Amino acid sequence: MLDELNKIKDSATLELQGISDLKALDDWRVAYMGRKGKLTQVLRGLSDLPIDQRKAVGSAANDIKTLLEAELKGRQQAVKDAKLAGGLDAIDVTLPGRPVSLGRLHPTTQMVREICDAFSAMGFEVVEGPEVESDYYNFEALNIPKDHPARDMWDTIWINRDQTIPTLLRTHTSPMQVRVMEQRQPPVRVVVPGRCYRYEATDATHESVFFQIEGLAVDKGITFADLKGSLFEFAKRLFGAERKVRFRCDYFPFVEPGVDMSIDCFVCGGKGCRLCSNTGWIEILGAGMVHPNVLKGVGYDPEVYTGFAFGLGVERILMLKHGIDDIRHFYANDLRFLKQF
Amino acid sequence: MKVSVNWLKDYVDVSVPADELAHRLTMSGNEVEAVDSVGASWDNVLVGHVLTLEPHPDADRLRLATVELGGEQMTVVCGDPNVKVDDKIVFARVGAKLIDGHNGKARELKPAKIRGIASSGMICSEMELGISESHDGIIVLPADAPIGMPLADYMGDTVLDITVTPNRADCLSVLGVARETAALTGKTMSMPTVEYSELGDDINKSVSVQIDDADLCYRYCASLIKDVKIGPSPEWMQRRLIASGMRPISNIVDITNYVMLEYGQPLHAFDYNKLPGGKITVRRAKDEKLTTIDDVERKITSDMLVIADDSKAIALAGVMGGQSSEVSDNTTSILLECANFNRENVRRTSQAFKMRSEASLRFEKGLSPELALYTLRRATQLIVELAGGVAAKGIVDVYPGRADRLPISLTDVKVKQVLGIDIAQDEMVMVLATLGFGCKVKSKSELLVEVPYWRTDVSLPVDLIEEIARITGYDQIPTTLLSSEIPQNELHPMLTFKDRVRDILVGCGMQEIITYSLVGWQDLAKIGAPDPIGLINPLSTDQQYLRTSLRPSVMMKIADNEKHEPGLSIFEIGRTYLKRDQNLPDEREILCGSLAGQRTQRQWQLRPEHVDFYDAKGVLETLFDSLGVRVNFEACDDATLVSGRTAAIIVDKQVVGVVGQLDPHIAEQYDISSDPVYLFEIKMDKLLPLIRSMGEYSRIARFPGSTRDISLLLDIDVPSSKVQDIIEDTKLVSEVALFDVYTGDKLPSGKKTLAYSIVYQAPDRTLTDKEVNKVQDGMLKRLQKTLAAVLRQ
Ligand SMILES: [Zn+2]
Repeated sequence: MLDELNKIKDSATLELQGISDLKALDDWRVAYMGRKGKLTQVLRGLSDLPIDQRKAVGSAANDIKTLLEAELKGRQQAVKDAKLAGGLDAIDVTLPGRPVSLGRLHPTTQMVREICDAFSAMGFEVVEGPEVESDYYNFEALNIPKDHPARDMWDTIWINRDQTIPTLLRTHTSPMQVRVMEQRQPPVRVVVPGRCYRYEATDATHESVFFQIEGLAVDKGITFADLKGSLFEFAKRLFGAERKVRFRCDYFPFVEPGVDMSIDCFVCGGKGCRLCSNTGWIEILGAGMVHPNVLKGVGYDPEVYTGFAFGLGVERILMLKHGIDDIRHFYANDLRFLKQF
Repeated sequence: MKVSVNWLKDYVDVSVPADELAHRLTMSGNEVEAVDSVGASWDNVLVGHVLTLEPHPDADRLRLATVELGGEQMTVVCGDPNVKVDDKIVFARVGAKLIDGHNGKARELKPAKIRGIASSGMICSEMELGISESHDGIIVLPADAPIGMPLADYMGDTVLDITVTPNRADCLSVLGVARETAALTGKTMSMPTVEYSELGDDINKSVSVQIDDADLCYRYCASLIKDVKIGPSPEWMQRRLIASGMRPISNIVDITNYVMLEYGQPLHAFDYNKLPGGKITVRRAKDEKLTTIDDVERKITSDMLVIADDSKAIALAGVMGGQSSEVSDNTTSILLECANFNRENVRRTSQAFKMRSEASLRFEKGLSPELALYTLRRATQLIVELAGGVAAKGIVDVYPGRADRLPISLTDVKVKQVLGIDIAQDEMVMVLATLGFGCKVKSKSELLVEVPYWRTDVSLPVDLIEEIARITGYDQIPTTLLSSEIPQNELHPMLTFKDRVRDILVGCGMQEIITYSLVGWQDLAKIGAPDPIGLINPLSTDQQYLRTSLRPSVMMKIADNEKHEPGLSIFEIGRTYLKRDQNLPDEREILCGSLAGQRTQRQWQLRPEHVDFYDAKGVLETLFDSLGVRVNFEACDDATLVSGRTAAIIVDKQVVGVVGQLDPHIAEQYDISSDPVYLFEIKMDKLLPLIRSMGEYSRIARFPGSTRDISLLLDIDVPSSKVQDIIEDTKLVSEVALFDVYTGDKLPSGKKTLAYSIVYQAPDRTLTDKEVNKVQDGMLKRLQKTLAAVLRQ
């Protein structure tokens, strides 16, 4: 029995020396130490031996097994080493890689997200509203009665003017101020991105269709100082901490006091150039404290609640940030333009 | 509103440079768009006095003028035959920069010899100074022009171009801007001194005014000036009108314009002798006609307010005068109207006729009735002074709309509530007082504020707070961050869903586009989209309707881009707008995408290949897989897509969209030359409710699976999805992959083979061959029974 074991050991060792690939090594392992391997069968046959031989044969078989396993390991390592020593063929690493197709979000979508994210971080909720609006929500509920001269600020595209509910394409996202407040009680903090429409001939700086983002915060104790703080914070996040921000008085019928916010011109740094019409400042949004008439209209008591609102044009900000000279690019959707963002 | 700084200086001491004034006005709400200097380039140009004129020895048409410049005399050649001895003229020395009449460019004046005579200077026309296009002769200055004074000092000016917001009717006037200037620079403004003699008869003997419709006319004031001489207005007045952007016409018209610019209140001058009996009635129009001074006969309707004589309308109230009573060169008596009309009515009338005049623009912004009388007296004064008229005694003043304004209570609490800071009461009083508000201290913490008549925009405490903040400066208010609690956010599944879908599609290599939601009728009609909602004032016919489908938008963008993109992969998520009775339209979110042309570009490792149906489907499968939704595709028909290459997209037995190859005939109609084009469309609102949130996770299998490959012979028209469904529904099957589809010579005709790799797996044990065989045999039997599928060895 022991002889047989030694024969197995010798042939196994001899065979092993001749093997030089990993697959064959595995076959060798199965042939000797697999479930039906030669060595395994010897070990299985132990129980048939007389008791006095069992121990000696068993321990010899186990020794051989340990030996063969060690040799196998050594041989495997040797084979791997040999393979690596030969080296791999060199390739031209400067050839172009296999292309992976790449899609991009429209720059307007990217900017809407960036702006909404900035306000989300301040606790504002993002909501959307209808683009076809009634005259009531677009104007009257915003303190802009019929035949008011402020209506000239929004050249309007109408769907019908004379029926019981005059309807139009919203000229701003502000109607959602009213819709949101009608639906909930203060505190309110929302931003509203969406398409708006103006009756305006299209040229390099005017589009009849554009995206606006409206913001509204109403609660007890919200002040003009909060408006300033929130919008300054936003401007720094979007345009960089080194930008100067300026508030000046402006008029929108649905806010009082009204504000126009500008940042210092990043082309000329405030000295005056074409981009900023020589003023050194670039307007980026309109804002103000929500007008008491608007609050009253939705059933909020203006003696108790105050709030601020703001609205900004998305394409305008994109144009400023990227030095885009023609607003028509955004709707032209030329892929050579879109792929740059 | 263009405001001459010289004019401002009549009423307020302008103590800061024009640029600084422009800045302060801008910051406080009156945005100055431009600061234009008149005369900034007039170096070496001065007032001269013509002493002598001698004939030129060598040229009949030229003369030699000797000009006194104040301690210095110059002789120059002069070509203008109208120059007279003793005229005050504009003299340019050598070195002056003058505008060249031939090319409009500035050119430095050099010494010249004209027909042998040296000439070191020039007598100028308006064009050479750049103040008008007119080359008709040289400028003759008033006789009192100081000899030798630089012209820039004598008639230079700075003009501020101010964009006045619609609430500030008062700032559409020089006096209004002077008042702002005073408040912003710590000065006090003064009003014009209005004094004149009323040497004529009592006006009531010659003029009577009756207001029939007091709801549209709150006040009507009139004065009468006889014996006026029509002629040009004085040169200083003309200069100010030009600086303000108005054209001088004649003394009477110029005075009404001048005073309107000064006070902000429009006036109208009638030829008194053309008003029978001097009777004026203010009434709603009957159905009548009126020829306005622009020589257009207009049909006026009963909702419009007119000024009428005995029998007919003679002016559109607040909008435009009529021809019949217009002031002409022969006019000798003027009836001057200064009235206050309902702002909405003026606006409607002017819009109806598309006549937005300087007058209507002021009326529609809301003027105080109080303003009318002050303005009328100022204009009457100027007519008496400048047109040689005799004013009748008294003024007709019919004032049915007199209304008292109550003072506004302004408390410290309110100021702090809005601005977030405390402002001392005396500081508030000071700011308000400089703007003309009257303040009474009611208590330590409350003011009663009287609003001056010209501030029709102020009626609430917040309006006063804005006044205080804007004059003090918005930069004086600190910045704080919102400190109140953050409201409970509601969930907006559609918004999140849209963003998720966008991100997945971008991850699949698709480019997002955003197109116009307004399209032309034909764009929609070509694919038989539902009837759209139209606009009543579209910008163009190709933007006249709200889209009811996104497909035309996407197809148009393929056509636009295919010239420079061999392959296109684009999508849009946008709204369609569907008619809804008695309600705003139904705005539905739609996803529409397209793959067109080449799938791959030319590249050393790739061969250019065209996209096919399975590219589009692959994107959709990735989308639904990523959304965690099981999706099925079933052959269907769609009018835009090729029959037999179109599938309905089905989730939970509901059709949520469609995918297929674009019908080449339709592609052609949209000028698409890419071939093939695949299109998919998903109704986002239908899909959204079918997306379930993530359920509980399932354990990663601990026991190894057993993989079997099978090949099935089937009739060619059996959809593979049916085979796949049966396999997937078999118990213990954990994964199925179709790895080969074969149709061809080696098979009987009408047959195909589908080869699947199937993994069988149990969660709690390693499966034995016997178990797997049993399960697979059962599955093959079902396949045979339902689909006549035969296992191929
Ligand atoms: Zn600049």
